[in-house]
Amino acid sequence: MLRAILSDDLPRSRLLSAVLLAIVLLLALAPLLFGGAQAINTAAKICVFIVLVASYDLLLGYTGIVSFAHTMFYGLGGYGVGLALYGWGASWTVVGTGLAIAIITGIALAFLIGLFSLRVRAIFFAMITLAVASAFAIMAAQFSEFTGGEDGRSFRVPELLRPAYTLTELPIIGAITGRTLAYYLVFVAAVLLFLAALRIVNSPFGRVLQAIRENDFRAEALGYRTVGYRIAANCIAAAMAVLAGGLNALWLRYTGPDTTLSFSIMVDILLMVVIGGMGTMYGAVLGASLFVLAQNYLQKLMATAAQAAEAVPVIAQVLHPDRWLLWLGILFVLSVYFFPAGIVGKLRQPTASGS
Amino acid sequence: MPNAGEPVPASGGEEQLDGAAPIPRAPGDYLPVLLLPGLAVGALAIMTWQGVPFSTWVTLTIAALAMGMMIFVIASGLTLVFGLMDVLNFGHGAFIAVGAYLAMTTLIPLAGWVEANSLPLNLLALGLAMLVAMLGTGAIGLAFERVIIMPVYGQHLKQILITTGGLIVAEQLIHVVWGGDQKPMPLPTALRGAIVIGNIALEKFRLLAVAIGLIIFLAMLVVLNRSKLGLLIRAGVENGEMVEALGYRIRRLFALVFVAGSALAGLGGTLWALYRETLTASIGSEVIVLVFIVIIIGGLGSVGGCFLGALLVAQMANYTGYLAPKVAIASNILLMVGILMWRPQGLYPVAKR
Repeated sequence: MLRAILSDDLPRSRLLSAVLLAIVLLLALAPLLFGGAQAINTAAKICVFIVLVASYDLLLGYTGIVSFAHTMFYGLGGYGVGLALYGWGASWTVVGTGLAIAIITGIALAFLIGLFSLRVRAIFFAMITLAVASAFAIMAAQFSEFTGGEDGRSFRVPELLRPAYTLTELPIIGAITGRTLAYYLVFVAAVLLFLAALRIVNSPFGRVLQAIRENDFRAEALGYRTVGYRIAANCIAAAMAVLAGGLNALWLRYTGPDTTLSFSIMVDILLMVVIGGMGTMYGAVLGASLFVLAQNYLQKLMATAAQAAEAVPVIAQVLHPDRWLLWLGILFVLSVYFFPAGIVGKLRQPTASGS
Repeated sequence: MPNAGEPVPASGGEEQLDGAAPIPRAPGDYLPVLLLPGLAVGALAIMTWQGVPFSTWVTLTIAALAMGMMIFVIASGLTLVFGLMDVLNFGHGAFIAVGAYLAMTTLIPLAGWVEANSLPLNLLALGLAMLVAMLGTGAIGLAFERVIIMPVYGQHLKQILITTGGLIVAEQLIHVVWGGDQKPMPLPTALRGAIVIGNIALEKFRLLAVAIGLIIFLAMLVVLNRSKLGLLIRAGVENGEMVEALGYRIRRLFALVFVAGSALAGLGGTLWALYRETLTASIGSEVIVLVFIVIIIGGLGSVGGCFLGALLVAQMANYTGYLAPKVAIASNILLMVGILMWRPQGLYPVAKR
């Protein structure tokens, strides 16, 4: 049963299983365990990023191509749902239509980008995705009467998901509000999408992707059309990112360039994949959870540290909470050098040698 | 193939053996060059149709020329580094930014010279600033090559990741050293304003940028095609292992080209910041998008293609920036798509191994 759900790709490490179980349980019970708004926001963000990072890992870790356009697809989902709800009113059909438009556009764009860059040299892909993504971000800001520009758009979600809506009053837990329902929508969708990604990478298709990653020349010699497989992987990853963006928009009830399109989110995704472990879906869960937690709580820690070191000029500058990307960058470079397999790779090592 | 128009003879190709037939010259490929006047004339036609005066078109074309030269100065290092070392340096933008900041720091104590209304003093101040920028970025480039890139030669995926990481760290360090706010980068007094001929205005700084760009391009052509070093670099682009087998230390060549590329990025960054007259830490990531489009259009590793690509992209950016400013960046992507449809490897593909 469990094997079937996890597509026969078990964590293969006791510690890893325990950590994963803890994360899933905490996320599943988050609205009941933590009352505060910040805790629930963090939990929802983790769910969304798990999907986003898993889809990115499909490209980076499994197919071995670097894309800088993942935030573009994420933003496409956010804007698709957000602008549809903003323009056509709050109903479920509108959510569906917006999402459908976004997915179709996303897949078409991913297909075209793949066609133009992967056809010749995989290395073009990184550069072209960077160019296209930055053009998309600039255009989203430029067409401000349609997208809201830098300010983005706030919109109303369907009634069921609004904070004011109350489903029932339960004795111990308290009121089940629309906010709780929205959280569970995000959570369930994230679980399903993650399992789908796990299914994809463990299918024959996923094996071919890994073969291409290891040696594309040999994969081609075996008769696989590497271009086709790479483009297909790009389209699947794009569709998943669009869905993650849609979920995020539904949760935030807002969409704008800073929450979806900015390059710093792309950097976040890269960090999550590498820290969690490239080429393992479970790495996405660990990477996203750790990173989002760190982002929320470490910055406060840095602020205290900077205050403590106020007398020393350079140290205080370096420890300033705005400089936390500096430390992440250093961590990123070091982990690419020394732990390319990430946390999951480290955790799996002893058992791998034992079996 | 660094210089696309010219055939690349094997070493010693010039001196023929007695009686041996001369080595046939590769046919020149001048078709892509025609794109340049084509684009300009096309833009002129659209502008005349829209009722835009001719003088505007001339001003835009000169502006495009200046912008193209600046982008070329930045991009040439990147494309050579890729051609020779097979390293795609996503951290190139960091050198642009660091160069601009170093130049700004140099110009602060030279404020007297910058504000003086005398061209020689102004040029001296700018020259010093550019020299400091180039020396600084060159030195950082050497360290970057040794520490960051050396361990990942031959692994594209890791190179992209590591150099991106390097870019993030460098941008943050700029924040730490120089602060995050926008800095003014005033032009020297004698270079402000424009020379007006008839009703055509030519901005002085743009003319200087064109001159500097042309000097760099010609110097590069001379070094690459007429010197031993250039011969080795061109040979290294085509087949590095063979160069190594002939007893040359290719690693030194790598380091040299990387340092030169970084220094050029620093110079280009200085010019770019002066052109914009303001400076932020993200200046590198703004330009790098155009630079990537340029080297893809030109053909990765080709200096001639890079020059042509830079001019094409700058033309496109300036014309559409005037006619339809909202889609200026998208037009460059369309240009890239169009060129890749015509020549999937770029205008001047580099024959490799």
